[in-house]
Amino acid sequence: MAEPAPRPLAEIRIRARAEELKGLRDRVRETVRAQGVDDKLAECLVLAVDEAAVNIIRHAYGGADAGEIVLQILNNRDVLVFRLTDFAPPVDRASICPRDLDDIRPGGLGVHLIAEVMDEFEFVEPPPGAGNVLEMRKAINR
Amino acid sequence: MEYQTRSQGAYTVIALSGEVDLYYSPLAREQILKHLERGQSILVDLSGVSYIDSSGVASLVEGYQLARTKRLGFGLVGVSGAAMQVLQLARLDKVFPIHASVSERIASDG
Repeated sequence: MAEPAPRPLAEIRIRARAEELKGLRDRVRETVRAQGVDDKLAECLVLAVDEAAVNIIRHAYGGADAGEIVLQILNNRDVLVFRLTDFAPPVDRASICPRDLDDIRPGGLGVHLIAEVMDEFEFVEPPPGAGNVLEMRKAINR
Repeated sequence: MEYQTRSQGAYTVIALSGEVDLYYSPLAREQILKHLERGQSILVDLSGVSYIDSSGVASLVEGYQLARTKRLGFGLVGVSGAAMQVLQLARLDKVFPIHASVSERIASDG
């Protein structure tokens, strides 16, 4: 028997600008809470998605108000999938890894926070016309 | 995000409130560094912070490092649950001097 397809929960489009992030966070919070996620995990998921969007704004688009970010949230048998698509030039995937936290310095924490919160995250093949697609997954317990 | 500053004891207290994200963290950073550059010891009151991201945390780290370089006092006080959760994820809760309140910090200074 075929596995059920992941259930789309939300598709959120924002301009790649810092002032758009609050709206993104509010929508993520609302969407994951509707899946029965508790407050603490919901805030962690909001943080991880926000950090991924921050990285797109800062590094993929280079801070320029150059494009759009599309966030799709799906539920795949109680695994929440957060798929962030941008339309910037492809990033160097090898350069995106958590840094050594013993090195106390400003910056570079975003990927670490994503890794702490999510079960898995990876870049997947972008569809035609897209630049980068980051997929993050988190199992939720009912 | 909003901020208020006041003097208490030997410190300038910068109280941040609301969401300290990529949009607002430059303002938080500016306030923190401005007072340190003037030679003032500072405490950052995070009791009103409902959200902080890595850029906000980076502003705190930068302030902490500048204070150490200048041999000035620095600390976080009244850290909200939301802010503490992020500091713990970043494993910075054991790095920053953290106190429940300004008066507790002043008392600990002796």
